[in-house]
This record gives sequence, C-alpha cells and structure tokens, in this order.
Amino acid sequence: MSTLRKTLFNRIDGVVLLLYILLVTIGIMAIFSVEHRTTDTSIIMMNKSYMRQVVWLGYSLFIGFIIILTDSKFFSSFAFLIYTACIAVLIITIFAGVDVKGSRSWLGIGSFRFQPGEIAKIFTAMALAKFFSLNETNFKKLRDRLIASAIALAPAILILLQKETGLALVYFCFFLVMYREGLPNAILLIGFGAIALVLTSLLINRVTLAILLTVFTILVALLIRQTLKRKIAARIILISAWLFSMLFSQFAVPFVFKHALQKHQIERIYSMIGIDVPDEYNKALAPGEEKKERTNSSEYNVLQSKIAIGSGGLFGKGFLNGTSTKNQFVPEQNTDFIFCAVGEQFGFVGSAVLIILYISLMLRVIYLGERQRSDFTRVYAYCVACILFFHFAVNISMTIGLAPVIGITLPFLSYGGSSLLSFSILIFILVRLDADRQVLIR
Amino acid sequence: MYTSYRPENWLITNLKCHYFDSLQIRYNHYKTNRIVLKSYTHHLTKKLCCPPTKADLNIVGLQFTGLQYLLMSLAANPRRYVITIIFIGVAMIMLLRLFFLQNFEPKYKILANDIAIYKKVVYPPRGVILDRKGKTLLSNTPIYDLMITPRNVPKTFDTAEFCAALNIDKKTYESILGKVLVRNIDVRQSPFMELLNEEQTARYQENAYKFPGFELVERNIRVYEKPIAGLMLGYIGEVSPEMLKKTRYASYRQGDYTGLSGLELQYEEVLRGQRGVHYLERDKFNRPRDPYKGGELDSQEVSGKQLELYLDMELQEYAEKLMVNKIGSVVAIDPQTGGILAMVSSPTFDPNLLRGKERARNYAHLYREATRPLFNRATQAMYPPGSTIKPFTGLVALNVGAITPSYGYGCRGSYGACSRSIACEHKDAGHAGNFRAALSHSCNSYFCHIFRMTVDFNSFSSVKQGLQVWHDYYKSFAYGRQTGIDIPFEGKGLVPDTNMYNKMYNRSWNSCTIVFVGMGQGELLLTPLQMANGMCIIANKGYYYTPHFVKSIGKNENDSLLRKYHEKHVVLNIPDTTFTIVQQAMQDVVDHGTGAVARIDSMSVCAKTGTAENKAIVNGEVVKMQNHSMFVAFAPRENPRIAIAVAIENAGYGAAWAGPIASLVMEKYLRDSIPTRKKALEEKMLKANLINKYVYTIDSVIRLRDLRIYNAKVEKKRMADSTKRAKELALYKKWVRYKIHTNQKLKSSNNRK
Repeated sequence: MSTLRKTLFNRIDGVVLLLYILLVTIGIMAIFSVEHRTTDTSIIMMNKSYMRQVVWLGYSLFIGFIIILTDSKFFSSFAFLIYTACIAVLIITIFAGVDVKGSRSWLGIGSFRFQPGEIAKIFTAMALAKFFSLNETNFKKLRDRLIASAIALAPAILILLQKETGLALVYFCFFLVMYREGLPNAILLIGFGAIALVLTSLLINRVTLAILLTVFTILVALLIRQTLKRKIAARIILISAWLFSMLFSQFAVPFVFKHALQKHQIERIYSMIGIDVPDEYNKALAPGEEKKERTNSSEYNVLQSKIAIGSGGLFGKGFLNGTSTKNQFVPEQNTDFIFCAVGEQFGFVGSAVLIILYISLMLRVIYLGERQRSDFTRVYAYCVACILFFHFAVNISMTIGLAPVIGITLPFLSYGGSSLLSFSILIFILVRLDADRQVLIR
Repeated sequence: MYTSYRPENWLITNLKCHYFDSLQIRYNHYKTNRIVLKSYTHHLTKKLCCPPTKADLNIVGLQFTGLQYLLMSLAANPRRYVITIIFIGVAMIMLLRLFFLQNFEPKYKILANDIAIYKKVVYPPRGVILDRKGKTLLSNTPIYDLMITPRNVPKTFDTAEFCAALNIDKKTYESILGKVLVRNIDVRQSPFMELLNEEQTARYQENAYKFPGFELVERNIRVYEKPIAGLMLGYIGEVSPEMLKKTRYASYRQGDYTGLSGLELQYEEVLRGQRGVHYLERDKFNRPRDPYKGGELDSQEVSGKQLELYLDMELQEYAEKLMVNKIGSVVAIDPQTGGILAMVSSPTFDPNLLRGKERARNYAHLYREATRPLFNRATQAMYPPGSTIKPFTGLVALNVGAITPSYGYGCRGSYGACSRSIACEHKDAGHAGNFRAALSHSCNSYFCHIFRMTVDFNSFSSVKQGLQVWHDYYKSFAYGRQTGIDIPFEGKGLVPDTNMYNKMYNRSWNSCTIVFVGMGQGELLLTPLQMANGMCIIANKGYYYTPHFVKSIGKNENDSLLRKYHEKHVVLNIPDTTFTIVQQAMQDVVDHGTGAVARIDSMSVCAKTGTAENKAIVNGEVVKMQNHSMFVAFAPRENPRIAIAVAIENAGYGAAWAGPIASLVMEKYLRDSIPTRKKALEEKMLKANLINKYVYTIDSVIRLRDLRIYNAKVEKKRMADSTKRAKELALYKKWVRYKIHTNQKLKSSNNRK
C-alpha cells in the first residue's frame, strides 16, 4: 500500500496534531483557570489573556494551514536564506530592541511586539537540517562538526548579547541532534559528566560525594571488566577520570569557594541552583551586620511555585479552585509558571498526565524522524524534539525547584503569542515534511 | 522531483540482492555475537537511509518477533534510543520529584492555606436588652480598629498617603509605630489605632489595598444607653484561661467575649448568638476575594436574641438618682408577675466604664472604693429587717392560732418579760391594744411577745418544734434561701432554725433567748430582694412569682428559660382573711402610723417602716452603728401593682429616709409624676448625703482582715504542700533503698550461682 496514493491531508500525522491541539487546549484552560473570576459576567472577554491566547491559536492554525499547503521542498531550498535573514534580524535586535525587564530581545513595530529569538529556533533547526542533508557534508570530519556547531550557536551568541540567557541556552539542545547524527559518545558523556560533577559537588556533601564517586567507578569497572583486562588505555582513562572528579569535588571547589570567590559571588552561584549557602562557605559576618533576609525574587518565585504545586496533593484542588494561582501569588504564572496552575488544580495525577502527553509528543516526533527517507526531515524532526525537550525539562524543573529560574516558556501552555506561534510553526513544518516522507528532500 | 517510489519494490531490489542471503545466517548469530549483528545492521541502515519496518521485513519473507525486531533496531540505531532514554529519564526524575512534592510535603498545603485563605470569624451582634417600654438599655455599636503587622509593611510604603487617609501627621504615625514595635515582635498583628471614626474608616477603606500590612477589623462593643443598672445588666469581658477549661465555655476560644456578671452572664447563651466562620480567599495584596470553595465550609452566624425586661428605665434612673450619696438599695417588683421594675444598689457606677480595654483598670478602681459599688446590695447584702418583719411575725402568729387579731398587750414602753428590758418607742397605754394598732405603732413589746407565743404555742411539743414551724413559714416566704432571681450570685439571707440555736447555745435556749427575732433583730438577716418579695406575698395574699428581670427572650414570652418564672409559688396555706388583717394593719401604718410619709392621694398604700439596729466589729470590739433605715410597701392595696423594699445603711429611722424614697419611687411608677406636695421631700432626698465617714474606716479594717485571712490560707496551703512533698520524698528514698537492697541480694545470689 503506497502512502503516495493518499491525498496530502490523509498523509498528515494525526497523532502529532492531536497532541498539539490537546496541549494548547490545556494551556488555554490553565490560563482561563488562573484568570477567571466568579464576578465575571461572561467567559468571552477580550481583555483577558486566555481569549488573546485563543486568538493566537487562530493565527497559528491559519499559518499552519498555509504551511501544509506549501511545497515541502520550499523549506529545504530556502533554509539557508531564511537563516541568514534571521541572523541579520537578531543583530538588528541587539541595537534596536525594546528594553523589557532588562533584556533587549524584543522587536517592536507599533504596538506589535515579537521576540526574534523565539522564531530563530525554527530557522536554525532548518539550517542545521539542510546542512546535514547536503551531499558534501561528512559529519565525521572535524570541519563539518565545527560548521554545524557554528550554525547552532551563532544565534545563541547573538541572543546572549541581547541579555536573554534563558533563550540562548535553548540552542545548546542542538548538540543532542548532532549526537544523533554522529557526534562521538565521548562528547555526550563528558558533557553530561561535567554538568553532573559541577552540580553534585555544589549540592551534595563532600564525603558522601567521594563515596558515591568511588562506588560509581567500581560499578563501571565491573561492567567493562573485559575491556579493562584487554586495554591499558581503558584502565588509565577510568582511573584518571575518577582521580580528576575526586580532585575537582574534594579540593578544587572548596579552594575556589574559600579563597578565590567573593561573598556575593558565592551567594549568586548558590541562588542560581536554588539552595542556601552552606555554612562552611559562609564568610564570617562583619560585627554588627545582620544576616540578610533573602529577598531574591527568583527564590520567592520558586517558593510560591512550590507552594502552589505542593499544595495540589494527589488529585488537586479541582478546576478553578487553585487558591495560589488564582490569587496571583505565583509571579509570571501565565507565562513561565503556568505549570503551577496544572499542578495545583489537578495534583500529581494531572501533572503526570501532562508530562506523559509531552513525552508522547516528543517520542512521536522522534518516531516520525526515524521513518523519514530524507536526512533533512530526520534532522529537522530531531531538532523539534530536542527544542521541545529542553523547554519542557527546564521549565517544569524550574517550577519544582530542580533547575535555576531562567525565563523559558512551557511549549504550547505558556501564554504569549511569540511562543505559541513559533512552536506551532515548528510542529506544522514537521507535519508538512512528514507528509512527504517517501520523497527525498535535499 | 518525485520518484515512483514503492517500498516493497525498493526493499526487494535492495535487500534481496545484497543482503538476503546473509541476513538469516547473521541473525542466527546475534545471540552469540552481538558485535557482528551490530556492524551488519549499521551497514544496512547506511545503505537504506531508513531502517526497514517490521511490516517491510514481512514483505520480503523475514519473520521476526517483536523483541527480536526491537533488539535488532536497537543495535542498528542505538543513539535514537539513547536520546529516548534521556527524554524518559528526565521525565521520570520530574515525576518522582512531583510525587514527593505533592504527596509527602504537607507543609506546602499549610503554607498555601496560610497565604491564600483568610479565615474570617464573624461575631454576630450580641442580643439587645430593652426595658418594659421597649426602650434600649443595652445595645451594640460597630467600631473599627486598624491592625498592623509590621513585617508585612513594605519598605516602599507610602507614609504620606497613609497619614492623609487617617488624617494624622507623620510624627504621630512614627510614634505609634515605635510603640507597636516596642510592645510586640514585628510578625504579630497588633492594634495600630483603635476606635477609628467614620470619616477615617471610609477614607481608609477606599484606599485599603494600597496599605499592605494593615487591616481594618470591625468589632462590636456594648453600649449602655444610660449609666444605670450596671450591676443588674452586667458586663462582658474576654474569657479567661481558667474559664476555658470549664465545660460551659467549651465552644469559646481565647479572645472571645462572654458575660461576666448580671444578665449578661445569666443569659449568655441567648445573648451571644452563634459565631460564624467565613473562609475567604485573598490575593497577593491581601484583599479578600471570593469565598473559598464557594463558601461550603462556612458556617453562618446567628445573632443573639434580644431580651425584654420588666425594668422601667425611667423608674430605674429616678431611683438611682434618689439613692445618690446613700449606701443601700431599692427593689421594686410587680407583684402580679414577679417582674422587677427597678433594682438599685447604691452607690452606682457607669457601666460604660466596664468595657473594652479600660475594663481591668476601672474595675480595680471600683473594687478599691470603700463604698463597694461592685457589691450588689439589692441581692447580696444581708440586713436585719428590723420592724419591717413585723407583718410576718404577726402573719405566722395569727395563722398558727397563737393570737387573734384582737389580741392586745399592755406595753408601757418596754418589754421586760424576759430577764432584760426591750425598749419600745411608745409609752401611751393602748398603743398595742390589738394587732392593727400594734403594727401601725410598731410596738416592739407586742411583737416580741407574740413571737414568743408563736414558738411556745401549746400545740407544739416544745419551743424547738415551734421554732421549726416558724422557720418553715419563713422558708416558704423565700426567706433564708435564694429566691432564684435571674442574676447570679444571689445572697441567701439567714433565718435561724432549731439546729442553729442548738449549736449556738449548746441546746439550752428558750423563747426568751431568741425573742429579738420577733422584732426583726437578732440572728434574722434578709436581703432587700427578699423583703420586696415578702411584700409581694402579702400584696397577692399568699403567693408570689420568683422575682425576675426578663419578660421575653427574642420576643417569645414562653421561652423555656422563662418557664420557671411563670410558676406560682403558694406559701404555706394561710387563708386570705389573715392576709386581709395584715394588709389592713399595714394600711394603718400609712394612714395614721409611722409610715405616713408614703401616703399617695386617693390610693390605699400598705407599708411598714423599719429601723434596724446593727453592729460592726472594729478592732475586735463590737461597735453599735447607726441604725439602718428600712421601708417596705406595696400599692395599691386592692390591685397591687408595685411592691417595694428600700434599705439605707446607717441612715437612721426608716420613716426618715427609706420611707420617703420608697414613696417617691412608688409615686413615680404609679402616677408617673411627683405631686407638688412631695417636691420638697424629693429635693431633700436628692440632696441628702447619708454616707458616714466611718464607712471608710470600717472598710479598710475589713479589707485588712480579709488580707490576713487570705495570707493565712496561702501559708497553710504552702505548709501542707511542703509536708506532702517531704512525705513523698521520704517514701521515694525508702523505695530507692529497697531497690538497692534487693538488687544487691540478687547480685549476691547470682554470684553464688
């Protein structure tokens, strides 16, 4: 049975579209539940965020429809061109951006505002896909690896210059795509290992960490004992890795914290990961100086968000009964902290269902990617999955105190035209490309 | 460019020609040599662009089970699964964290409720108390207190705007804030300003949201419309920790108000109503918003019921005015219902002093007053009734048959039948020629004699039985026991009985020993309320209703609480004729006897004066004090509407002070105005100051004695405690010694083994 015999609309992947619609609906309901007041006379009130989100959904679906009607080759043909234009816009934004809460990442035309950094993700993904689908690309070469990294990181650097750190970090998720396309395992291991080591040496007690590291090393040694027997290099690498991490966590970190860093720097680092400064790094207080009350706004946000989610319990307080979210205790709750509304009103069960929906969407996108004939679509699909994953993981972790608060939206749920529109375009282009999965797109 | 791409063709051409032969062979090896399979599938994927699906493989005749296919594709493309595992792993970590956060950290639930739910306790207004004409005696008025929680006041607080809203200047603000901070830790809510006026309240409420950390609290305070009847109405105050332990106060909480005396205490359950609790959600700016969960947890408040009294506000006010500068009391009862028309215990005080935060201080002031304004003399003070008891002495004597109304006694100015001489005011012959004459002239000899005749009456076996019969009569008049009035802490009075005299005189006593009781002296003590109630009995010819204040509760006259006051108490079967004789005699008292002052135009008034001798013990010596002035009366005789008893301490003759006051009060009640004839008398009464200097001396002596008794009691308790402790200690030491002993025994026996 040829899929080609079907019409275009029958070739569209219904599962992705269904999950998309479900998530956007949940998002609108969540915003509604936060904003609804018993005194409201009618549900349709154009000054409310949820109605504006509905309008944005309308725009998104319209643009999505246009994308479906577009030739699938259009995206690969114009990928580099649009990417270049996008970089140009990002550069302009650095100088002509509107100042919003200290960052200059917004472009304003009249009353209309948008964040080029959000949209740039799509075109970076397309450019990356295009680069991988080129015949002359050989990803085993260092040169091509560097080019791919440059494509991914150029917008990140520009966005960093706009002082929008959270958004810039998103672009690092493209390394996961590159890993899929052949970046050595070691890089992934070293990357994850380094992040894990830094975090654990800050979070976990030193003695405990030493024991954990040793146990972990012994376990790895047991698993690869055959290799270790045969290869001296493997033995040396394992032991030096263990030594390095021990040295780093036991001596380097305490030394740096005790002697090199200033008090305010230590405080900033610990508030980034959202815990108190341990006593041993607490610089002696000057006489007469009171221990300062913690007034960091991000800590307040996380506390309020944890209160909202934690008070949800197993089944939640029920729709429209979220006392914390409804009464504006959680700051930014329509945008960055929208997950609180779900967590509070639907409890653990609701949150779990939402997380499962997200994971299903991402796995479906990977499945779509893997069934492609053309490299372009596959790489693009992986880009989509990884962008979604990064946003999803960081946003939810941040609301439950697992990650530092960086302004990253929750895909499809968060209020905001730029965010919803860019994620919709991302998904619709994928759906369009997937509809032509038997065609070789270069 | 679209190629005519058919997967089955594509598979067959590619797969078959290149790999078909080796595929099955290689697959068989995959268990033994995974590396071979891996390199092979790698190769396969590279050639085909995308791996064949299970269905694709079926087409070319390759049958795999699900697990085999999974393992194969895993080996073929492991990185896809690494990424999948990263995705799922992160999701699992988040789920785990969420699970613990939402199910095992109850503190967040508590915190969420703390910040977002505002428990508003609504105190319903306390019941209003009205007088017999529907005028308000005691009501409520809302007041607003501004509370501050200093910690919640932000640093960027707009002081100028706040001061403008409250109409205070910045200096005042700072000084109040300083005081609050000194008094309290900054997290606790404490009053910033109390009793805001209307303008301040209105202006503040408009701008309330601008002032986080401040909260306007409404509460009701009691308002006594006129400064009268303080002791009878009572007052309210916060429940004390001791009270909270009692079952009566089970539904109260710290900070609640409760009646502490008078009607406020007696009818607490009715007046209080039911507290309501409303749960409101509040937002970040502390503004209460929607009811929490649509108000399903709320309980509605029920307001307190109103009490309507028999008390006549004007009469009460008038009586209190008359009693200014006198120590004593006035009790006026409506004999037909038992309702109290006026009850004065003088000196009085303004009950408005005993409310709010000033209560404790003012209470201490009043308590220290030598004249004891907090002592309800109308129901608690016990006086020898003096001559006012004579109608009852006569009543009992007539009823038991000891005398007839025509019985006379030849009094020559004193009574000498018992070994001592009892003086009588009158010397002229025949002033005690019969009962009527004797009562109207208040002949001491006559009543001492007929009292002796009563107890010694020959139908009784002895004086002891005689006295017991007499005692039973008095008990039925509600003498020597509580009448059961509806304000707490009523005095009993004292009516001596056989037992008491047996104890006092070691069983050797006779009617001569107790002769003074007949003229209302000696051991007999009554409260003014009992005296007034006695008048009701005579006025009603043999029955009374328990004196009470409350006519209706919440407009319901038949409330179960009032049932006992509708019960008619009939005194021991005394025929109406006997009462008629006594009434006749009492009318004579007014018409041409000692009580002429009580005369009311075209109305028959019955009364009896009394002059009670009394003594005080000062520094261990018995000192005879100036007589108490007593007066009892009721009017009109035919259809009694008021019965009254007036007692004025250490004032002199009954007819001189108590009589006029009683007559003025009766006149006021019955006629609603004072006739010009009595204006001069009224003026005199209003101006008179009958408080003796020695009241203060005696008071301090009594207080010293009380203190000594109290100290002795404390010392005794302390001694008892220490003895008990010493005993316990000794016992414990003994036990320890025993333990050591047995342990040693055990050890030594073990060693032996």
